[in-house]
Amino acid sequence: MQIYLPIAEVSVNAFLLLGLGGLVGILSGMFGVGGGFLMTPLLFFIGIPSAVAVATEANQIVASSFSGVLAHFKRRTVDLKMGTVLLIGGLIGAALGVVVFNYLKSIGQVDLLVRLCYVVFLGVIGGLMFIESLNAIRRSKQAAASGRPPVGKRKHHRGLVHTLPFKMRFRTSGLYISVIPPVIVGIVVGILAAIMGVGGGFIMVPAMIYLLGMPTKVVVGTSLFQIIFVTGFTTMLHATTNYTVDIMLAVLLLIGGVVGAQVGTRIGVKLKAEQLRILLALMVLAVCGKLALDLLLQPAELYSLGAAEGH
Amino acid sequence: MMRALLICLFTLLPGLLASEEVVLGLSSDKVAITTSFDGSEILIFGAVKREEPIPTGAPLGVVITVAGPSKPVVVRRKEKRFGIWVNIDTVEVDAAPSFYAVASSAPLDEVLSDVEDLRSKISIDRAIRSVGAPSNIMDSASFTEAVIRIRKEADLYQLLEGQVAVDEQTLFRTAIKLPANLTEGDYATRIFLTRDREVISQYETKIDVRKVGLERWLFTMSRENALLYGLMSLTIAIVAGWGASAAFQLFRQS
Repeated sequence: MQIYLPIAEVSVNAFLLLGLGGLVGILSGMFGVGGGFLMTPLLFFIGIPSAVAVATEANQIVASSFSGVLAHFKRRTVDLKMGTVLLIGGLIGAALGVVVFNYLKSIGQVDLLVRLCYVVFLGVIGGLMFIESLNAIRRSKQAAASGRPPVGKRKHHRGLVHTLPFKMRFRTSGLYISVIPPVIVGIVVGILAAIMGVGGGFIMVPAMIYLLGMPTKVVVGTSLFQIIFVTGFTTMLHATTNYTVDIMLAVLLLIGGVVGAQVGTRIGVKLKAEQLRILLALMVLAVCGKLALDLLLQPAELYSLGAAEGH
Repeated sequence: MMRALLICLFTLLPGLLASEEVVLGLSSDKVAITTSFDGSEILIFGAVKREEPIPTGAPLGVVITVAGPSKPVVVRRKEKRFGIWVNIDTVEVDAAPSFYAVASSAPLDEVLSDVEDLRSKISIDRAIRSVGAPSNIMDSASFTEAVIRIRKEADLYQLLEGQVAVDEQTLFRTAIKLPANLTEGDYATRIFLTRDREVISQYETKIDVRKVGLERWLFTMSRENALLYGLMSLTIAIVAGWGASAAFQLFRQS
C-alpha cells in the first residue's frame, strides 16, 4: 500500500515503514538505544530527504523510548536521579550541538563530518564493547569449567568519578559519585545527538557502564528516560525552525516502533548482560563498517543534489 | 523584442505561413495529491484549428512540455581526498524544474531547430538555467548534466520522443506520467506546433498540482502553526508509546 507523505513529498510503501519501525523498535527495547543511528540511514536509503529523515526520526525516538521506558519503570530499572543529571547535561549539549552544526554547515562539510563522527564513535565504542564482552564471557566460562562460582562483581576502580567534588548518592544505581562526570557525559551525548541526528543511546549506554560504573540493568531504562526529553526538544526545534517533521511518516514508524520496543524489552530481559552487550557491539560495528565502506569505495554517482539555501 | 518582431513577420506574411492554432484538451487540469497518491497520468490532447486547407510540404510537428516549479539546486561532486570520498566542488544551478517532460511527434531535432529550442527553452538541457560556475571549476557543464542524469533516473525528467500521436495533421494526443514524488505547484504545460522545424503556433496552460484533504491540512499546519504541529507530533508519540505499553500489559495478563 503506497502512501504519500505530506512533508517529505514522496510516496512510499506503508508496510515497509511499519516493518522498519518494528525492527528498529525491537533493537531499541533490547539495548536501550533509540535506534536512530540505524533508522536515519535506512530512511535515506528508501528515498526520504535527509532533513526530513533526521527531524522525523527524532519524533519517532520519543515514542519508542517512551514505550520502552514504561516497561523499565515497572521493573524499577530507571535511575531517575541519574537520568535527570544526564538530562541537564543533554539539553545544554543539544543547544551547543545546534551551534556546532550550523558552523559546520557554513563551512560546507557537514555531511562528511557527520559520517566521520559516526565511523569514529561507532568504531571505538563497538570495538571496546566487543572485546570487553568477549573477555567477560571467557571469564565466566573459565570459572564454570574450574567449578568455582563465576565472579559476579566487576572489580571496582576508584577513578575520577569518585575523587571529583559535588558527590551525590544515586540509590537505584548503588553509586556515590560526583555529578560532574554524568553532566559531561550528558553534554557530549547532547552535542553528538544534535549533530548526528540520533538519540545518542549508543554512546550513552557504554559511557554509563564503563565511565560511571552503573549496573547494566539500570543503564538501559535510564538512558531511555534521558533520550525522551532530548529528542523531544530536538523535534520541537526542527518542527518550528525547519518545518521538516513529517507526522505521517512518524506515525507509521512509531506504530511499528512502539510494538517493537515492547517485544525488544522482553527479549532483553531474557538475555544475559554479556550476550546483550556482544550483540550491541556487533550491530554497532556493522553500521560502522557500512559507513566506512561508503567513504572508502568510489560511489556509483559522484554528484549529489541539494536544495539551495538563502533564496 | 525578438518575439515581437517575429509576430510582426508572421502577421505581415499571412500568405506564406499557414495560420494554424491549437485547441487543447486535458484529461484533467488538476492533480490532487491525496494520502494514497501514487503518481498520476495526464492525457494531453487537442486539435489544430485552421481556416485553410492543410498546407502541403513539411508535415506538422507537435511538441508538448510539462514543467514543474523551478528552484535553484546545489550540485556537489565527490573526489577522493586522503583515501576517502569527499564533496569538493559545488555548483549552484540557478533554476531547474522539479519535474520536466518533453514529448514530441518525432525525434526532437527533426521537429525543432536549435534556434527555436533556444528561444522557447524546450529541450531538457535548455529548461535548466545555469548562469555561471565558480571560476575554479572548469567543467561546469558536467554539473548540469548530473542534475539531468539524476532526475532522469528518478523519472522526474522525461524525454518522450515520438510519443505524441498525430492523426491527419489535425488531432494529437500524448500521455504523461507524473511520478509519485511530486512537488506541489503550477505545472506549466506548453504545446508547440512546428513545420520545417520552426514554431508556427504555441499554446500555454497550467496543470494545478495540489495537496488535498489530510495532506493539505497537515502541510498547512506545519507551516502556519509550527508550534502546535510540533506539540501534536510529540503528543502522538507519547500516546502511542504509552498505548503500546498498556496493550502489552493487558496482553500478558490475559
